[in-house]
Amino acid sequence: MAKELWEGNAAIAEAAIRAGLEAFFGYPITPQTEVLEHFSKRLPELGRVFLQAESEVASINMVYGAACAGARVMTSSSSPGVSLMQEGFSYIACSEVPAVVTNIMRGGPGLGNVQPAQGDYFQAVKSAGHGDFHMIVLAPSNVQEAIDLMVLAFDLAEKYRTIVMFVADGSIGQMMEPAEMPPMRPVRPPEERAEWALTGAQGRKPNIITSLYLGAENMERVNIRLQAKLREIEKNEVRWKEYSTEDADLLLVAFGTVGRVCQTVVREAREQGLKVGLLRPITLWPFPGQRIAALAEQVKGILTVEMNAGQMVEDVRLAVEGRCPVRFYGRMGGPIPLPDEILPELEKLNAEVGGEEE
Amino acid sequence: MAVEIPEDMELVYSYPESLTKVRTHYCPGCTHGVVHRLIAEVLDELGVRERTIGIAPVGCSVLAYYYFNMDFAEAAHGRAPAMATGIKRVSPDKVVFTYQGDGDLAAIGTAEIIHAANRGELFTTIFVNNAIYGMTGGQMAPTTLPGQVTTSSPTGRNVQTAGWPIRMAELLAELPGVAYVTRQSVLDVPAIRKAKKAIKLAFQTQLAGLGFSMVEILSTCNTNWHMTPVEALEWAKEHMVDYFPLGDTKMTDAVRALKEGK
Amino acid sequence: MQQEVIISGFGGQGALFAGQLLAYAAMDSGLHVTWIPSYGPEMRGGKARCTVVVSDEEIGSPLVRRPSAAIVLNIPSMEAFEPAVKPGGVLVVNSSLIPQKSERDDIRVVYVPASDMATELGNVRLANVICLAALVKATEIVSLDAIKQALEDHLPERHRKLLSLNFEAMDRGAALVDAASSGTD
Repeated sequence: MAKELWEGNAAIAEAAIRAGLEAFFGYPITPQTEVLEHFSKRLPELGRVFLQAESEVASINMVYGAACAGARVMTSSSSPGVSLMQEGFSYIACSEVPAVVTNIMRGGPGLGNVQPAQGDYFQAVKSAGHGDFHMIVLAPSNVQEAIDLMVLAFDLAEKYRTIVMFVADGSIGQMMEPAEMPPMRPVRPPEERAEWALTGAQGRKPNIITSLYLGAENMERVNIRLQAKLREIEKNEVRWKEYSTEDADLLLVAFGTVGRVCQTVVREAREQGLKVGLLRPITLWPFPGQRIAALAEQVKGILTVEMNAGQMVEDVRLAVEGRCPVRFYGRMGGPIPLPDEILPELEKLNAEVGGEEE
Repeated sequence: MAVEIPEDMELVYSYPESLTKVRTHYCPGCTHGVVHRLIAEVLDELGVRERTIGIAPVGCSVLAYYYFNMDFAEAAHGRAPAMATGIKRVSPDKVVFTYQGDGDLAAIGTAEIIHAANRGELFTTIFVNNAIYGMTGGQMAPTTLPGQVTTSSPTGRNVQTAGWPIRMAELLAELPGVAYVTRQSVLDVPAIRKAKKAIKLAFQTQLAGLGFSMVEILSTCNTNWHMTPVEALEWAKEHMVDYFPLGDTKMTDAVRALKEGK
Repeated sequence: MQQEVIISGFGGQGALFAGQLLAYAAMDSGLHVTWIPSYGPEMRGGKARCTVVVSDEEIGSPLVRRPSAAIVLNIPSMEAFEPAVKPGGVLVVNSSLIPQKSERDDIRVVYVPASDMATELGNVRLANVICLAALVKATEIVSLDAIKQALEDHLPERHRKLLSLNFEAMDRGAALVDAASSGTD
């Protein structure tokens, strides 16, 4: 299929449709409303389910219900709306049903603003809801990757019967880039829904989907099983991209929009003679910590750049375990760090670790 | 288990197939068991057990999925109508019902029930109203009567500060998407028989695709009311029925035709 | 080779659409391109601005502080972006609405009375494509034909009757640059 100019939000929605999405439940919120609007037009055309819910609380529980019934389902929101969904994330994780949620992140805390931000890293990666669980968290940095990861999100959700969060900052949602859509996958017919799904106990024992396990040992057994699954995901699903790391003395770590901004920084820094590489995590959980630890043996220092007050940098430090200095540069509440602010930070780091410019 | 019936005898009672043969955790004297049984009999009579999906609430009936012999999901507190919406929209050929208590439906889940009803979602809600939070140990519910003593209204519900009990059957009756809403009770045998008929009509409303249906059922909580089961039934008849009058609050013409056609 | 263009004006002046046209033309010319708007909560009357990056290799940052070219459609945009254009870059000024002159001597400034020219053509909303044609001519970022083709391919159905008028507007915008480069700049 030829490349077309796609707006990020519409591309995300269309990619989900191509991936066999059966139902979308959601609530409007800037800057993700175009996702919902695209679904509102396309899904009914295709005979699939679109429903504008009364709240994000209702949306995620509709998703929970449809997922229990064995359908491919998703919702989409932006930061304040995602906070409202956290109850549902926890139930979905414990019940082990597959679901996909996108967060087109905006400035916060509170009502914040509608500018792009990455302030929800902790929420997505570390505190998605009450209890012990993680979501798989995918973070694209361009429109093509957003399309590809959206398709992957459904496959991972079903493979591991888990919740997958897709986080993009508002600028990826609003920007346009040439991109190629995958071919349309057929929607799975209802009779092919998973054997654990609630499809009516016809000729079989009833299926029960619950997150209630009374008794300490019962609940612990469930937790042990969930943790084993998470370890499996950590083993199989870590994804990242590297740029010019082979000979790098300094390493940038950044994801999403600022991840691609750092591609420009690598180019400009190398023009100045600084041997800089970039590692861009694509899965924020599971985090590419092992690879960062390996690179920490090679480089003299690491600069993490984020559109927040310094969240992912904690995971970078946990991975690096003091092997080299880890510094941070970030902007909060909307501004996107640009190359001319990041370069001086790299120069500072270079001076700190005693590097020279060639 | 097929039981052989001698020729000169007639089978007048059997265990509903829609119930599992386990002991419930409900307190002695609790009316949840009666309501479960009525739903099970109706689903058996309609022959839909194998395509029914139930949704349990948070509250005393949180474990309802152990007692019904059919596919079941357990919802977050108050969210059963949203879950039911999700299930029914992707499985329109299934029979879907929520089983909810007063805290679940009329407090924390008010938004979900109102909007599901307003959209005319094609599922059935069984709303068990016993004017108290049972599972957490007897706190004030949205349906607790004025002056009623609970562990969180120790001097009696003061409507000046705690507001008035909510009449959900009347409230939902206002919504155009609602096809059938009625308030029944399980406080004596005639009432139980009427309640069963209402439950059956509610499920028939769903099967006919006529709109949202709900049966509110006045019930008791002898444990947290600190009464004997019989005292509790009498107390409910004396006090609850005044504030929560029995009868249909909404029946569209289509539902009436369905009822009279039977 | 990478060029960055900022197009800025009031909401309703067509800054975002002009940027999209450029993006389509770049894509159809086989180039890498990003189009990114700056957005606010208001639906109408606010600032409207987009950044288009066109490159023959993979694009990193879709945003720049100092673009290689800019179109400014109103006075606030002139004040914001006249100083920002990189030395050696191009600034297209809608001189119908912007009376002041640039004091930069390290960039090429093209004054286009775009709103007046558009009104003369019968539709003030053509000012954006007049300026875009001037910019394309001055920067050679893509060909004018590519812009015309992009318009023909992507103009919403309800505006198709305006296609030839748009082409006429573009030709006039481009002609100003031709005239300027052969005369005094």
